[in-house]
Amino acid sequence: MSTPESKEVAVSLKNITKTFGSVTANNNISMDIYKGEILSLLGENGSGKTTLMNMLAGIYAPDGGQIFVDGEEAVIRSPQDAFDYQIGMIHQHFKLVDVFSAAENIILGMPGKQKLDKKAILKDIRETVDRYGFEIDLNKKVYEMSVSEKQTVEIIKVLYRGAQILILDEPTAVLTPQETEKLFLVLRAMKDHGRTIIIITHKLQEVLELSDRVAVLRKGEYVGVVNTREATESSLTEMMVGKKVELNIDRTDPVDVKDLVRVEHLTCLNKYGRKALDDVSFTIRGGEILGIAGIAGAGQKELLEAIAGLQKAEAGSSIMYRAIDNNDEIQLIGKDVNDIKNLGISLAFVPEDRLGMGLVGNMGMVGNMLLRSYNEGRGIFTREKAPRELAEEIRDKLEVSTPNVYTPVRKLSGGNVQKVLVGREISLAPRVLMTAYAVRGLDINTSYTIYNILSDEKKKGVGVVYVGEDLDVLIELCDRILVLCEGKVSGLVDARTASKEELGLLMTKYSGDHIAKIHVEKLLDDDAPAGDEEA
Amino acid sequence: MFSLVAFIPRAILQGMPLLFGCTGETISEKVGSLNLGIPGVMYVGAICGVIGAFIYEQSCGGNVVPIVAILIPFLACLAGSLLMGLLFAFLTVTLRANQNVTGLAMTTFGIGFGNFFGGSLMKLTGSAVPSIALSATSRSFRTSLPFADDCGAFGKIFLSYGFMTYLAVAIAIVTAFILTRTRIGLQLRAIGENPATADAAGIDVNKYKYFAICIGCMIAGLGGLFYVMDYANGVWSNDAFGDRGWLAIALVIFTLWKPNIAIFGSILFGGLYILNLFIPGAGMATKELYKMLPYLVTIIVLIITSMRRKREHQPPEALGLPYFREDR
Repeated sequence: MSTPESKEVAVSLKNITKTFGSVTANNNISMDIYKGEILSLLGENGSGKTTLMNMLAGIYAPDGGQIFVDGEEAVIRSPQDAFDYQIGMIHQHFKLVDVFSAAENIILGMPGKQKLDKKAILKDIRETVDRYGFEIDLNKKVYEMSVSEKQTVEIIKVLYRGAQILILDEPTAVLTPQETEKLFLVLRAMKDHGRTIIIITHKLQEVLELSDRVAVLRKGEYVGVVNTREATESSLTEMMVGKKVELNIDRTDPVDVKDLVRVEHLTCLNKYGRKALDDVSFTIRGGEILGIAGIAGAGQKELLEAIAGLQKAEAGSSIMYRAIDNNDEIQLIGKDVNDIKNLGISLAFVPEDRLGMGLVGNMGMVGNMLLRSYNEGRGIFTREKAPRELAEEIRDKLEVSTPNVYTPVRKLSGGNVQKVLVGREISLAPRVLMTAYAVRGLDINTSYTIYNILSDEKKKGVGVVYVGEDLDVLIELCDRILVLCEGKVSGLVDARTASKEELGLLMTKYSGDHIAKIHVEKLLDDDAPAGDEEA
Repeated sequence: MFSLVAFIPRAILQGMPLLFGCTGETISEKVGSLNLGIPGVMYVGAICGVIGAFIYEQSCGGNVVPIVAILIPFLACLAGSLLMGLLFAFLTVTLRANQNVTGLAMTTFGIGFGNFFGGSLMKLTGSAVPSIALSATSRSFRTSLPFADDCGAFGKIFLSYGFMTYLAVAIAIVTAFILTRTRIGLQLRAIGENPATADAAGIDVNKYKYFAICIGCMIAGLGGLFYVMDYANGVWSNDAFGDRGWLAIALVIFTLWKPNIAIFGSILFGGLYILNLFIPGAGMATKELYKMLPYLVTIIVLIITSMRRKREHQPPEALGLPYFREDR
């Protein structure tokens, strides 16, 4: 078996620099990647991990520096060049054509006979699939697949192209713990076949569990590389963040809990007419944080939008809201978005592109604050003073780094954009605060700032709903966790006693086993793996 | 009396310019380029063919050699449409200009270009009527199989056309085959659905886009040529081509981006377009209502496919969007 000790360099980066406008994403980075190792590339969001790897994959071209593959200088100007050097990358946002079948996606861009011979192609791919023991329906259309099936297709795609070096960008971000375990089995199997694997991640447990070595980037700079067996969680954090950080969430026991929103039999359709939510019932209570867990697209977005009045609910659904000062319950379904907002229900949704919902990129902080109060001015004129003061307050309180409050928010970094969004929603002093992916893309310190803000809101008696991706955080931050699976409620657990494994099982309760199954015994029986120099 | 044998050939002749335009636009849209310049391209294709034919007819004084009389306008038409395609591709692919604005501008330009040179030619001939007749060239284009007349209704419906009608059908069939059954078709479709994916798979997105846009424009341009030389018997008059270009774009939606369906769709559209002429006693107002039928059926198809929401029947996902690899 190849180990890092064999020290045969597969890829060598020398003084790589990449800038986007005035932002330096990678500054003078030099590092070696050994053959047959699993290397973790660790760093916070925005530290330049993905950018660096995109240069190996031919998505970006470096502004300066050289790349050496097998000791020879490689000029990688396009993904095709990368394939020629046997480098394949599995991107975080899968690069698959939805209306194509798995097989069509796998052969896309490959040379071969012009006329597509389906039988021969399937047979050919089947060989790769069987060698690694994947289980996949090659005729299935991508839009019908689960996330982990899509990931399997991506992995087969690069293996089929004969990639010796595989780069995986945050592969576990969308997987359940069980799916993650299976992915790791696949990766170890590929390593045993002599492949070199680079995995981009910011999850420390995974790094320690899987990799041989860890390379750390911080703010576009190369910090260093360590052997995993010599590393600990705290030593890695220190490398990653640059200082010792105390990470804990101050969770108080809920006091004075009362029901605020009763959701009953909520059913919603997505744009293709399928049920995004199917008979969902639960309660949001004031004075506690309700976490919502589920794999991507399990209905989290639709659920929050339905409560906020942005999503049409089917007949039979009911969302009853109890405003604190009078005890009458109000039916929210059928109410206008603005009316719901005025009742004290506020939604801060951070989509993948951050600007997609809630903020206008070309407006400054002041303009974006104004969006919530534009109808408060006199006559046809808007009042600017209050929003400006609010913008300044948020800037100071949440340490938003911006030249001034009029700079278009599109020019701010992702983390700062999110602070603006979350800050604005909290400033409305809502009775129910719903957040989705509030810490998506934030560095560790800012994430904890946001967690503490949410905890503070809870202490004030606000009903906080937190939709999150990181199960560890959900367990530490929330009081109760509602688990969604394919639009249905698959469980409601007490966060203080829940385990990650339990949540993971609930997250896939109804989805059957789509996961690529690995036949471990088969792999052990397999003929001697390529690249096995030391055996 | 309504005669099917008389109606069908008229509908087919009316449909073929649409089929050329539709096939061309489909190829373009399959790589994600919504080319609203197609009406203009068809105009340019037509007038370039007319200019070529005019010069040839003038230079040989009426003694035209049929094959040359076909080749010159044909090549002139292809060259003109190709230039339009290159312009559109340069603006939208290389410079990443907005496709809708570019397309609309090109349509305005194309119509103006056609009318300007049409008018110039009329001035050169000094004719009394505002049109140019290229009857010798048209005769070459409209030459049908010699035995067509002897085959009765069958001959009338299937064999009575000039070569370009069969060319249009052949191009549509070949295009459909290439798009669905070949590697190159798979790559073209991938670009229209998800250019980032195609790029990551090692496909040269810009090269294919240029290629598809230019081929698409050349095919569409032939529709203009067919209209003048075959349908209109070689008579060019300004603005006579009308809104057929838009009809071709509507046809793309109607046929769900499938050129093989477009063969029948174009004949249906052509039939609906001229149905008013075959309805006895229809007044001016009623005729205009009949002319709306093609658009009406397009809207109905749109409604039905939107309601059924089948993924395969949706437009290419990246239609109308520019692609830049290093976008973030």
